[in-house]
Amino acid sequence: MTQVTITVNGSAASGDAEGRTLLSSFLRDTLKLTGTHVGCDTSQCGACVVHVDGVAVKSCTMLAVEADGAEVTTIEGMANADGSLNTIQQAFQDHHGLQCGFCTPGMVMSAASLLKENPHPTEAEVREYLEGNICRCTGYHNIVKAILAASGQDVGAIAAE
Amino acid sequence: MPKDGGIGASSKRREDVRFLTGAGNYTDDINIHGQAYVHFLRSDMAHGTIASIDTTAATAMPGVVRIFTGSDFEGVGGMPCGWQVTDRFGQPMQEPGHPILAQGKVRHVGEPIAAVVADSLEQARDAAEAIEVSIDGLPAVVDMKAALADGATKVHDDLNDNLCYDWGFVEENKDAVAKAIDEAAHVTTLELVNNRLVANPMEPRVAVGDYARGTDESTLYTTSQNPHVIRLLMGAFVLGIPEHKLRVVAPDVGGGFGTKIFHYQEEAFCTFAAKACNRPVKWTSTRSEAFISDAHGRDHVTKIELALDAENNFTAIRTETHANMGAYLSTFAPSVPTWLHGTLMAGNYKTPLVYVNVKAVFTNTVPVDAYRGAGRPEATFQLERVVDKAARELGVDPIALRRQNFITEFPYATPVAVEYDTGDYHGTMDKLEEIADLSGFAARQAASEARGKLRGLGVNCYIEACGIAPSNLVGQLGARAGLYESATVRVNATGGLVVMTGSHSHGQGHETSFAQVVAEMIGIDESMVEIVHGDTANTPMGMGTYGSRSIAVGGSAMVRATEKIIAKAKKIAAHLLEAAEGDIELKDGAFSVAGTDKSVAWGDVTLAAYVPHNYPLEDIEPGLEETAFYDPANFTYPSGAYACEVEVDPDTGKVSIERFAAADDFGNIINPMIVTGQVHGGLAQGIGQALLENCAYDEEGQLLSASYMDYAMPRADDLPMFEVDHSSQTPCTHNPLGVKGCGEAGAIGSPPAVVNAVVDALQSAGKDVTHIDMPLSPDRVWEAMNG
Repeated sequence: MTQVTITVNGSAASGDAEGRTLLSSFLRDTLKLTGTHVGCDTSQCGACVVHVDGVAVKSCTMLAVEADGAEVTTIEGMANADGSLNTIQQAFQDHHGLQCGFCTPGMVMSAASLLKENPHPTEAEVREYLEGNICRCTGYHNIVKAILAASGQDVGAIAAE
Repeated sequence: MPKDGGIGASSKRREDVRFLTGAGNYTDDINIHGQAYVHFLRSDMAHGTIASIDTTAATAMPGVVRIFTGSDFEGVGGMPCGWQVTDRFGQPMQEPGHPILAQGKVRHVGEPIAAVVADSLEQARDAAEAIEVSIDGLPAVVDMKAALADGATKVHDDLNDNLCYDWGFVEENKDAVAKAIDEAAHVTTLELVNNRLVANPMEPRVAVGDYARGTDESTLYTTSQNPHVIRLLMGAFVLGIPEHKLRVVAPDVGGGFGTKIFHYQEEAFCTFAAKACNRPVKWTSTRSEAFISDAHGRDHVTKIELALDAENNFTAIRTETHANMGAYLSTFAPSVPTWLHGTLMAGNYKTPLVYVNVKAVFTNTVPVDAYRGAGRPEATFQLERVVDKAARELGVDPIALRRQNFITEFPYATPVAVEYDTGDYHGTMDKLEEIADLSGFAARQAASEARGKLRGLGVNCYIEACGIAPSNLVGQLGARAGLYESATVRVNATGGLVVMTGSHSHGQGHETSFAQVVAEMIGIDESMVEIVHGDTANTPMGMGTYGSRSIAVGGSAMVRATEKIIAKAKKIAAHLLEAAEGDIELKDGAFSVAGTDKSVAWGDVTLAAYVPHNYPLEDIEPGLEETAFYDPANFTYPSGAYACEVEVDPDTGKVSIERFAAADDFGNIINPMIVTGQVHGGLAQGIGQALLENCAYDEEGQLLSASYMDYAMPRADDLPMFEVDHSSQTPCTHNPLGVKGCGEAGAIGSPPAVVNAVVDALQSAGKDVTHIDMPLSPDRVWEAMNG
């Protein structure tokens, strides 16, 4: 066991981890941050995306010990300071960009990373960026629409409702 | 003008806030103090006799609590099947035993052989690797037709053969159908495969068993679409726990799509082991485990014949299908290729004679059961493909051929035992032609051609039977359950309501849309209505969510219970207002005396019900809580017309979806935003089946597509924006909301549109291609073009 200390959502947190413990397990099981989800075991689905030192990472592909000393942001740290939904989260609700909610944390984290890199993406760029995030419920239509809306673009022309 | 609340409003979903902030409560988020973890050692062989299992070394490993094998369950019931099909000859289907852990034999890759319970998951996994299992391999039965050949290896020694049943429907029509086909002016024949799929909800299955020794009560937390059904099946048939000592909780569930309907071994195991080990036991499936333990879907091989007269009127349909059951009968597996499939074979057309034959087959593969649409996609695919093929053979427009044969008068009794109450198939087709801009197709095709791409247009219709189902009918058809739904509406003293429903929401947004209905009925704000579901301790007996039944059946139960509430509240209001009960009107959350300005607010009445100082105690009881059970009179029949435009790359065979339009008739609609989202998701799954997804076994019964590296899930860049319309509305005539259900339509209606479009693209380019089996991967399309 190794003690791992990270700054998560602005607060210091630490816990013991085996060498084989994944960051996703460390967040969920040790730190009880269960908003980060695990949907596969081949790093394909993206439900576990978090930000490590500002970069989107699939937390199932990173060992907890590798994150020692890092700044980690999870879905629990995305809302505004007053607890209200941030722009991306609000756009997901406004445009019905989620159904069962399981892939949603990873989608929001990936969307935040995309808009940081590319503040005004095209629809094609959004779709390409989300290639590593699988959603089984929405058909992506409303996720793409929500992300375009969160970027400040007019989505009125994209299908009703 | 969009409504800002109540029925017909696109109310934002209240459940979203917790999902968007990481505050959801999924089963894997539940951890109980002192819990142990179970890891299942699963068969890596498709078929074999277990010669020995040696757990000696594993039992001594650190942290191991106990290791279970099949022999620990000899006194326990097997996994039950909830539907018995009777075959063409009046005999019951062959029904094999289905143990919790393998006993004597393994029959598919993934079948659990042993279960290691340990202090940590890692310890359980480590110990499982130390179990020594010796299996004497037997030939694997994988191909359905080979499974039925003389001398084929039997999947179950105690059965006569690998045929579960040979079902004919309607058997009395068989000869008349044969005669009509023999005498037809034209017969179009098509042989096709409806590819095996894996449902793949993004949340893998999880089960946590807990046991309270002091009260002898068991609790199971599980990823289920129907916790009451699990309680009944597991309690009554597997573990022998009375329902009052068994609580099943399905909290936030991350998608279901059918595969979380069924009662699985892992649920029974965790409940059993929690008592046996006297500590909570948790199992979380990995995705790799899900591929070899979740029930699969589809997997039909079909020959369909469509007979037409000289004027192109459909005169008869005959189908012959082999349906894969896998190694065991999953909970509702026998119903899927029969009653959920054969009854839909008339489609949208007034074909007078239909005969459906289905041979259900055991193989050494994972059990197959309902997946979004369940039988109806298979019916729609074969019918809409053969109609398209017929149009091409006859040189007539595929839409015109469909329109010519549409059912136009309702109610309509089909030759396959169901009666459609309402529909307007020309109306939905008109709407489709408009939203898909079909008149602009030729120009788009020319533009594609200029870019070196082959463009094709595929159109189809669908009909489905939803809102399952009338209990007395399904009982006659072999269901071992009723299919009603329940709701309890509890009004609190201060006027807020809690609605406890037997329906279960796992992405459908019931917490929002159900509240809209009750709020509208009373005339109060939606925020005053809370929807509670997913816990057998908190809700009346219910049957759960599948078959697009929640609003049609669960919503109707809720309406009935709310009507009882309103009726009682009017009596209380009449007393408070010193008026006759018949003169009381409820509007906008206030009770008034007709023709006067006397009124009393909703909250005053609810308070009086619980503080009955001035109350008609001699006539009615205090309190305001009512329960209703609703058993539907018929199925509902959503229908629609879909159009797909594809581009095919002639050099690679790659197909891209350029446009997809869906015009649906769901009857009345509660929340248009949610309904549209349901269609989007269904379309993605149907397009996924048509283009990408395939669950492939090799001849030894090894699953080749057992991870997201090998099973092609639709990604964002595989799909276009969708054009969806549900303004064609013919309300259901037999439920109080006039609703039909929308959850499965997209998955049912879209596969034939895609395949029709690709065939159209290739034929337009002069290729002699009449059919390609799904998924239309580049290699298959290229081979069809160049083969």
